[in-house]
Amino acid sequence: MEIVVCIKRVPATDTAIKIAADGKSIETQGVTFELNAYDEFALEQALRIKEQLNAGSVTVVTVGPKEAQKQLQDALARGADKAVLLLTNEWVHDSWACSHALAAHINKSKYDLLLCGRQAMDADNNQLPSRLAALLGFGCVTEVSKLSLANGVFTAERDIEGAREVIECKTPAVISCNKGLNEPRYANLKGIMAAKKKPYEESPAALPTSAMAIESLTLPPARKAGRILGTGAAAVPALIAALRNEVKVL
Amino acid sequence: MSNILVVAEVRAGKLKRPSLEAITAAQQLAAKTGGKVIALAIGSFLDAAGKELAATAHEVVLADTPEFAAFSGDAYARVVTEQVKAHAASAVLMAHTAMGKDLLPRVAAHLDTGLITDAVEVTYEGGKFSAQKPVFAGKAMLKVNATRQPFMATLRPNNFTAATSGGAGQSPQKISPAANDLMSVVKEILASGSDKVPLQEAKVIVAGGRGLKEPQHFKLIEDLAAAFGPSVAAVAATRAVVDAGWRPHSEQVGQTGKVVSSTLYFAIGISGAIQHLAGMRTARTIVAINKDADAPIFKVADYGIVGDAFEIVPALIAAVKAVTANH
Repeated sequence: MEIVVCIKRVPATDTAIKIAADGKSIETQGVTFELNAYDEFALEQALRIKEQLNAGSVTVVTVGPKEAQKQLQDALARGADKAVLLLTNEWVHDSWACSHALAAHINKSKYDLLLCGRQAMDADNNQLPSRLAALLGFGCVTEVSKLSLANGVFTAERDIEGAREVIECKTPAVISCNKGLNEPRYANLKGIMAAKKKPYEESPAALPTSAMAIESLTLPPARKAGRILGTGAAAVPALIAALRNEVKVL
Repeated sequence: MSNILVVAEVRAGKLKRPSLEAITAAQQLAAKTGGKVIALAIGSFLDAAGKELAATAHEVVLADTPEFAAFSGDAYARVVTEQVKAHAASAVLMAHTAMGKDLLPRVAAHLDTGLITDAVEVTYEGGKFSAQKPVFAGKAMLKVNATRQPFMATLRPNNFTAATSGGAGQSPQKISPAANDLMSVVKEILASGSDKVPLQEAKVIVAGGRGLKEPQHFKLIEDLAAAFGPSVAAVAATRAVVDAGWRPHSEQVGQTGKVVSSTLYFAIGISGAIQHLAGMRTARTIVAINKDADAPIFKVADYGIVGDAFEIVPALIAAVKAVTANH
């Protein structure tokens, strides 16, 4: 099975966001970037499927800046076979544009499976996987937290509101991965050495002008200062009174 | 050309409340564009939902056939795409639910247009559609202007009031599109717990963290949630507690879990890591109970009680029960 994994380099989850001077992007100075947490599950699942079938290959692709080669090298060190960096210095926040840039590249080869995280934890769009499926003519299951493959058909489970769906999906397929799918491995020294000899490509991203033009990026309004009502169980009546009389939620 | 199409979600014959919230947003846009609100539902046994929609939308279209009983992203997307074109809709809205997140991006790809997901505001001014959405898990707000047509958005639940009127009372139009060549189809729906209210639809959320010390102490959290009565409150957990295996990931609130905006949010034994705050800071009223008076959670809480949760929560359960019993 030929597998492509789409990954993204995003600010670490513990980043305190500051807005840049242009008012349209974040201040990146001092920010640590890492592999998007959901993409870790996608990469791990790709490696497991290749191991299960004992055949095929895993290609990792990203649209991002030169610095994203660090995340691609890490993916190669964990076991991916090939990495592709589609270069741009823009913040890729618009899934319409990103899906076209990725599809233009992915369409050059024949893949049976595309794996990605359920969303990139910067723009939090959660739309690239289904968009790519529609563009590529693939089947698709999103936010998958359990996956098995038998006779070329995937059986996937995902959480919906208050229940869980079991979905069958034919190949070629796009699967977007949620937390709980697997426990990602880390690179070992042998993998890090091997990564240096693996195929690595860079080319400019064919990124069209965004379908959603940024007007502004702002910090959310600060919450009004709260009130400590007291200490211990003795403060419970004051809380009940506040909830009933001040915010009228009881 | 200025019609607003809402894709309504019906599960097991029941219209989901966030779909009526999407109708409210559509009504607000239609008032500006001068178009109609058209509600589209896809599934099977849609008559009851169709009536509810007719009370709030100008026109209702029901794709009601047994083949659509189970959700199929590719089949549903083809129906929505056709209806957007048939009604020359200038905007397409749906709730940001598991179905909405799966479906609308496919439709957007078919229509080769942009989509803003998890929007908390949609507007139409001077001939252009704009929207606002949280990014970086709510640590920042992004405002965008659509440059392609139609404008599409999924809307964060609990953010607009649910529509109850405004419809033309017209009988729904029934269509029977073909559902062939399905790539993916739902085989089974496993209920997770009897009458549990989904986290993102809950009015009240009771969340517990590592301060509860042991998994069995989550009984206190469950009891407090239950004290609000049936189908009002949901139980949530922090990432630390989920990663420790105490609670399922479906209950996790925060950056690698769910983002919620309930009316009332109890943070119990939760210090307030930046990743957790990202998931709950838009709750309307936040109550924190923590033994550390300097815990960051008190910086976002409207009301705080400092002290031992094992002493405070039982008293709180009794007090809440006393209030709800009087209703």
